[in-house]
Amino acid sequence: MPEATKQVDDGIDYADIENKYQVQYDDGFDNLVVVDGIPIIDKSKLDRLLTKITKEFNKRGVSVKQDDIFLPWDDASGKSKGYMFVEFKNENDANLALVNLDNYPFDARHTFRVNRFTDIERYADLDETYVEPELEEYTPREHLRAWLADPQGRDQYVTYRGDEVNIHWHGKPSQSEVAHKPDWKDFLYVAWSPSGTYIATLHRQGVRLWGGPSWKPQQRFAHPLVKLIDFSPCEQYLVTWSNEPIVVPEGAVQGPQYFSPDDEGNNLAVWDIKSGDLLRTFSTYNEGDPPSGKKQMQWPALKWSPDDKYVARITPGQMISVYELPSMYLEGKKSLKIEGVVDFEWCPLGEKDREETNAVNGVKTSKKAKENTLAYWTPEVQNQPARVTLLAFPSRAIMRQKNLFNVTECKLYWQNQGDFLCVKVDRHTKTKKSIFCNLEIFRMREKDCPVEVVELKDTVMDFSWEPKGERFAIVSSSDPNLGNPGPGVTIKTDVSFYQLDRSKNDFRLLRTLPSRTSNAIRWSPRGRHVVLATVGSSSKSELEFWDLDFNSDDRKEGATEWGSGIQLLGTADHYGVTDVEWDPSGRYLATSASAWTHTLENGYAIWDFRGQEIVKFIQDRFKQFIWRPRPPTLLSKEKQKQIRKNLREYSRAFDEEDAAEESNVSAELIALRKRLVDEWNAWRILRKKELGEERLQKLKGKEDSKEEIEVWVDEVIEQTEEIITE
Amino acid sequence: MRPILLQGHERSLTQIKFNADGDLLFSCSKDNVINVWYSHNGERLGTYEGTNGTVWTVDVDPESKYLISGAADNTLRLWSVRTGKNLYTWEFPTAVKRVAFNENGTRVVCITEQRMGHQCAIRVFQISHEGDGTKQSKEPLYMFNPIGSKATVCAFTLTPDVIITGHESGKVALFNVKSGEEIDNNERAHSDVVTDLQMSKDWTYCITSSKDKAARIHDTKNLMVIKTFTTETPLNSAALAPNRPYVLLGGGQEAMNVTTTSLRQGKFETRFWHKVFEEEIGRVKGHFGPINTIAVHPAGTSYASGGEDGFVRVHHFDDSYFKAKPYGDLEIID
Repeated sequence: MPEATKQVDDGIDYADIENKYQVQYDDGFDNLVVVDGIPIIDKSKLDRLLTKITKEFNKRGVSVKQDDIFLPWDDASGKSKGYMFVEFKNENDANLALVNLDNYPFDARHTFRVNRFTDIERYADLDETYVEPELEEYTPREHLRAWLADPQGRDQYVTYRGDEVNIHWHGKPSQSEVAHKPDWKDFLYVAWSPSGTYIATLHRQGVRLWGGPSWKPQQRFAHPLVKLIDFSPCEQYLVTWSNEPIVVPEGAVQGPQYFSPDDEGNNLAVWDIKSGDLLRTFSTYNEGDPPSGKKQMQWPALKWSPDDKYVARITPGQMISVYELPSMYLEGKKSLKIEGVVDFEWCPLGEKDREETNAVNGVKTSKKAKENTLAYWTPEVQNQPARVTLLAFPSRAIMRQKNLFNVTECKLYWQNQGDFLCVKVDRHTKTKKSIFCNLEIFRMREKDCPVEVVELKDTVMDFSWEPKGERFAIVSSSDPNLGNPGPGVTIKTDVSFYQLDRSKNDFRLLRTLPSRTSNAIRWSPRGRHVVLATVGSSSKSELEFWDLDFNSDDRKEGATEWGSGIQLLGTADHYGVTDVEWDPSGRYLATSASAWTHTLENGYAIWDFRGQEIVKFIQDRFKQFIWRPRPPTLLSKEKQKQIRKNLREYSRAFDEEDAAEESNVSAELIALRKRLVDEWNAWRILRKKELGEERLQKLKGKEDSKEEIEVWVDEVIEQTEEIITE
Repeated sequence: MRPILLQGHERSLTQIKFNADGDLLFSCSKDNVINVWYSHNGERLGTYEGTNGTVWTVDVDPESKYLISGAADNTLRLWSVRTGKNLYTWEFPTAVKRVAFNENGTRVVCITEQRMGHQCAIRVFQISHEGDGTKQSKEPLYMFNPIGSKATVCAFTLTPDVIITGHESGKVALFNVKSGEEIDNNERAHSDVVTDLQMSKDWTYCITSSKDKAARIHDTKNLMVIKTFTTETPLNSAALAPNRPYVLLGGGQEAMNVTTTSLRQGKFETRFWHKVFEEEIGRVKGHFGPINTIAVHPAGTSYASGGEDGFVRVHHFDDSYFKAKPYGDLEIID
């Protein structure tokens, strides 16, 4: 056999290959352990000790023979060195000894410490010199809210059409441009986080968040086949849901950011956005539910308290479980057991509350921060009346409770500042044949939360509070078709506005707009303006733009006639509209017709608050339009007031800008048109020249000869001669 | 001015055509009849009867002497405009989908349908003006089968023996009829069936419409796309307005879908677009079915549209149409 290695006869260095393929011999010491803490003995006691040790070893399930033990001997003193080597048959036995006998109390003074021989060797050889770990260079992250620093103060929106996503700036015509054209692939849909910091895409593998001026990936959450997501109000956490239970395949990556085998079978996950860590998973299938129960799942399945401190989950009919963040442990170690509970809502945090909490956090005052409030309702069970309860959390003190009778269904609507809670109670008559509606309005800012009742005869289809306001709008209907929708059926509705009458402290009707088809109320995020839309109808698609303070710019004047300020600003029509959304500033309204609902005239339009169309794009396969939300303003109340006072001064600058813009645009347009005409004319002249004079003349001639020539032609058709004789 | 409604057909219109002087309007429809009308008042002058199938296409020679028609009964017929007499009939194995005269009315090009094992064929006939026109040669002057996607529309160009065609695939091509050779093509002129092709007054450019919702102006010399007009509905017809820088586009959703949708979605309007700026200027409502064909008076004083609803609407332009300068004082050569 020829010598294969080491024969470098042709001057080629095989060292690298040899290194690579050299057979790695087993070190062979893996089955060897070192046991420390052996009593130090004389030679005479050796046999007894060894017998005792093997007995102890065997007692702990580790079989060992005396021959396998080697006890080093200090010849000078004639005593043992206090440790021994044990050789096992294989590595597994050695591991077993490691687990079972480490820290084993041999007697009162001696405790075994078991170590692998290889470990001891390794640590003995350890380099003692300290090497300073290399500091990772600090790379500043992009500012996630950079878009707010736009010099023109424009808003952004995202459109999703076909497989194409675009993020646009919305401003004056010359400033409306595409801000970013991402190349995201294969996702279900996009969603903004509540303050607009991130945009999320839902992929097969999980959720991805993007953000910053360059739209770099910011975070990802590996939840396969995710279908729904929900951000917490302060953008700290994310909830993902998939209809498929989580499966952790063998050999899957493990870590804080991934599902572990414990999560198998669940389908709802809570994540920390900043770290990307998985906090906890839940199953939305409640125990005792029929497994194939096709019940509509409530989304969001987890409801967040407005300060991101708690997240609550309902087990219908039994309890509300509130979890603390970020540990995700059950608050107080027990759920709120509420017999029959159907639904609940957290009270939102108003601007005032926010300021207060900030003040409390900043300066250590004795004043306690306001607790979170929860509202829930329970239906009539046996002799118990239905009940709406307001509960402070985490103290779990009941703030207010109201009993209700003949209740079919309740819906809880918080005003966005948490000033009012409206419980829309669908009540039935004794015969249970007809349904009417009561609005129970809790005034949260007053002592003991007084309740006002507004009684209505019709069924209320939609209810909406004016943001930051004391008004609400309802859509009611007495249409017999209500409740059995058919194709082509558009339900007749009435829209009514109510306002809190300060003098009497109750809610009074401002005005009713009869016989509409509107079924959606969209308040401007700043209040005052409201759009009534007919959504999801195949025959009607009207948009009505209303102003509720038309007469007085300042609401405080108040002395004007009740309800006189309501004014229709304009009407418009967007055929097949499916979504209506105000921009965060309340200046513009976007309507879109999504291909997810129907395929007729898909696309979107942007209107101003008066109902004037600004742009409209009809694009087939158009799916989504979402304005980028804005975080709450950082300006203090006083600053805002000051700005409002000096509005006229500021607006002068903007007016000038607008004027400049207008002339600029027209100049550009004129230049463009001129260029187009010049190009066209040049081409025409060229072709005409090629055509030749002759032909041109012929064509001209045809035209010239067109002048009308009237010719009278006398034609003798027949001539007969008659001779008349007398 | 109020449009004149021509109610002379019982079924949907297939093509309408003004004669060179613009005093007559010819219309053909699926009800087998060709009508001729006075264009200024909408009075019916007469009919050309004898066809046993949908008349798909019609054209008139520059002297308004002969009328040529192609129909689903596999015939190409030559008529005397004045007397309404069928002067000559050619028969083919399949239906005739498109006919067109050349510039001086001496030749006719026709496209026959691809069906029942027969390929789509393009034939050119010499039209003899001798005598009363009943003596025509039976055999075509030239004949060839275009390779690839079938031709749907065609017209003569200024170059002798060269025709321009539009195809089912959206292709626009130039063919030498003598050799049947494809001289030039633009495979991606449209992305769907080319539904109409009309020449400019001086025959140097043409406009095509297509089911891909766009209409385009092509240079007939090199097939370069000069202008594109993109609408939101499939187009059946496109016409050029002489002397004014506009194009007229007509269409609407497919006839088979009309009953399931409302009028407002149908988009059955005639659209006026600016020829140079590619911007929509206005729409004219009226039809309650898709518009199948549009023709403009050679002097540009009126236009007519024929719809799936069986009506022809003749619109005479108001004075304001000629005076209006929506884009300011820009001289645009026709």
